[in-house]
Amino acid sequence: MENTEVKRQTLALLVDNEPGVLSQIARLFSRKGYNIEAFAAGPTENPGMSRITIDVLADEPHTELLCNQLRKLYPIHSVKWLNAETSIYREHMLVKVRAESSERRNDIMQLANIFRAQIIDVSLQTLTIGISGDADKLNGLLNILSEFEVLEIARTGVVAIERGIATINDESKESGEFSYGKNVL
Amino acid sequence: MRLTGADILMECLLEQDVEVIFGYPGGTILNVYDALVKYRGRIRHYLTAHEQGASHAADGYARSTGKVGVAFSTSGPGATNLTTGVATAYMDSSPVVFISCNVAENLIGKDSFQEVDSTGIMLPITKSNFQITDVNKLADTVRKAFAIARSGRPGPVFIDILKNVTAEEAEYEFIPRSEHKKTGVLQTLYERNMADFKIPSIDEEDIDKLVEMIGESEKPMLICGGGVVRARAHEEFNKFCNLVDAPTAITVMGGGGMQGRNPHTTGMIGMHGSQASNMACDNCDLLIAVGCRFSDRVALDPSTFAKQAKIVHIDIDRSEINKNVMTDHHIIGDAKEVLKMLNERLTQQEHPEWKEFVFSYPTETVYEEGGDTLTPKQVCDTIARLMPQDTIVATDVGQHQMWAIQHFHFDYPGQLITSGGFGTMGFGLGAAIGAKVGNPDKMVIHIAGDGSFRMNCNELCTEQYYGIPVITFVFDNKTLGMVRQWQNLIYKKNFSETTLTDRGPDFVKLAEAYGLRGWRVNNQKDLEAAILEAMECGKGCVIDCVLDIDEMVRPMVGGGSHITDFMKI
Repeated sequence: MENTEVKRQTLALLVDNEPGVLSQIARLFSRKGYNIEAFAAGPTENPGMSRITIDVLADEPHTELLCNQLRKLYPIHSVKWLNAETSIYREHMLVKVRAESSERRNDIMQLANIFRAQIIDVSLQTLTIGISGDADKLNGLLNILSEFEVLEIARTGVVAIERGIATINDESKESGEFSYGKNVL
Repeated sequence: MRLTGADILMECLLEQDVEVIFGYPGGTILNVYDALVKYRGRIRHYLTAHEQGASHAADGYARSTGKVGVAFSTSGPGATNLTTGVATAYMDSSPVVFISCNVAENLIGKDSFQEVDSTGIMLPITKSNFQITDVNKLADTVRKAFAIARSGRPGPVFIDILKNVTAEEAEYEFIPRSEHKKTGVLQTLYERNMADFKIPSIDEEDIDKLVEMIGESEKPMLICGGGVVRARAHEEFNKFCNLVDAPTAITVMGGGGMQGRNPHTTGMIGMHGSQASNMACDNCDLLIAVGCRFSDRVALDPSTFAKQAKIVHIDIDRSEINKNVMTDHHIIGDAKEVLKMLNERLTQQEHPEWKEFVFSYPTETVYEEGGDTLTPKQVCDTIARLMPQDTIVATDVGQHQMWAIQHFHFDYPGQLITSGGFGTMGFGLGAAIGAKVGNPDKMVIHIAGDGSFRMNCNELCTEQYYGIPVITFVFDNKTLGMVRQWQNLIYKKNFSETTLTDRGPDFVKLAEAYGLRGWRVNNQKDLEAAILEAMECGKGCVIDCVLDIDEMVRPMVGGGSHITDFMKI
């Protein structure tokens, strides 16, 4: 049987870059009772299209349903349900930490170095750190920084892409439908 | 050829062979109504009493003819008045294109008079919707809208045109409908292989697998859903049903999806399903559901629904598979094509013992004969006896709807027009008007409850003005019967705000006020006389059938309960 464990699923969507698409997608998630955990949108190699990466908490059967419902929307060209093992995930985060003494600043900068994060702004009261990576790395840094006073966090939401030659374009709606699953029994 | 936006819209409607529009004019759609006069000979416009009536009429027209219905409205309240009709069409997958105009570009977003974000409102209740802000894109968008409404699983599409667009000019070239898919946006949609436009060919292996399953099954059962009706696959389904030799339940939306008098039918299934249907569902070892979505009124408790059976789902919409009920096998495709393929491969099956078991339970509810008063069954039976067998029946929502579906036998798609999914009270009169306009040669009746009829009875004026002879039967039990039934059974007879005794109007006088004819009947003899007279007079009529306030729809299974847990009524 399919896996009914609820976990974070990542969907990549290729959509027409036109007004109203975002609200259609957002509505579909809220209408079906799913909360969007992370959301990132941006242009693609094709100027008329945008790529959207959405993280959602759901089990596998429901994610499949969600994909099929997304595929029904006319502005959506492709829906790819990304597999954690064959995809790369990246997210960017900015963290502002209080650092009012040089000692503090030094401590934080050392930690940032270990995570290969950059100090992108400094004031006499604060340091702002920029870091890219997967969720584990970002959360790892946040964990350590919790020892200090974190003033503000801004995260982009995950973007993801498959490893190797595979692309989202492989999954036209039609091939998606064929791979929907041969019958069980 | 250079034309104004309004003229382009009219030409595009002609491209789609639209003959009939239901609508209501207003400030922003004036240019379109101005153009309408020029096209009067080719497109008929029916002015309704209310935009909601227009929306239901376009829906009824679409359901009864299989063509795409069209409704017009103005901006703001015009568009919001359409919404109930749009949602009704959406829930029942009816192909209707709703066209509304919005305020001009310089006024958009300024909370102008009669301005509303109509595409935003329509978003969750349409298959797709468009706001047209550029007259050069008008023709292309209208073509796309019609293609979307009728393709795949049909549904409503909403177009919002800015007022300035209807006045501006653009180049228009007539393109016949068959060529549309080679032009503009539609071309890209076809090239993208959108499932709606290019349904993946039906998988032969899936078909063979099902044929095998049917061969192995000893206790098969079929469900005929609304998809059979939309695909107009009634002949194929009937043949399939005979070949499998299986008891067959018909959902509310499936009425007309097979011959109503086929000896395999067990009647309705689910909350008000017959005992035969519900027992068959609980005991079968193979359940084949065609074009149905296992709604909560059918699969009352999805976890125990057909628990002994392998469930097979045949549907055109992939996102319906495993939505409400987990299935063991599915076939994606147009019901007509799938059933044809199945029928070619199937050999005649025989299941006499299984049928004997199922048909040992009643397929139709037996009601006590009312002495001096009428019973719902009497009314239905009398109508069926006196009126032509192919009479189109449009219903409102409530007890009368269930009685009509339980007691009438529908034989072809579009013979039953009812709001099954959305359950829109007040749907029936508009829908009946639309059905009569689309089928002038057929008798059309409207079955209403007194509560439902009161909601949109204003459309009687449409009947009167255009001479549309719909016969309305009001199942007048002086209460909101279905709600009262629930209050009776579940809310300890606390009849809160459902009793309509001593409330107007007098339906006979109402009909007369609209220039129509009306009768009040208390017994079968009067009913018969009224029906005969109503059929004779060729006018819209209202027959007010007085029923007992405590009549109930039987049998009944509570929402969420096991399908055979019939309430004691």
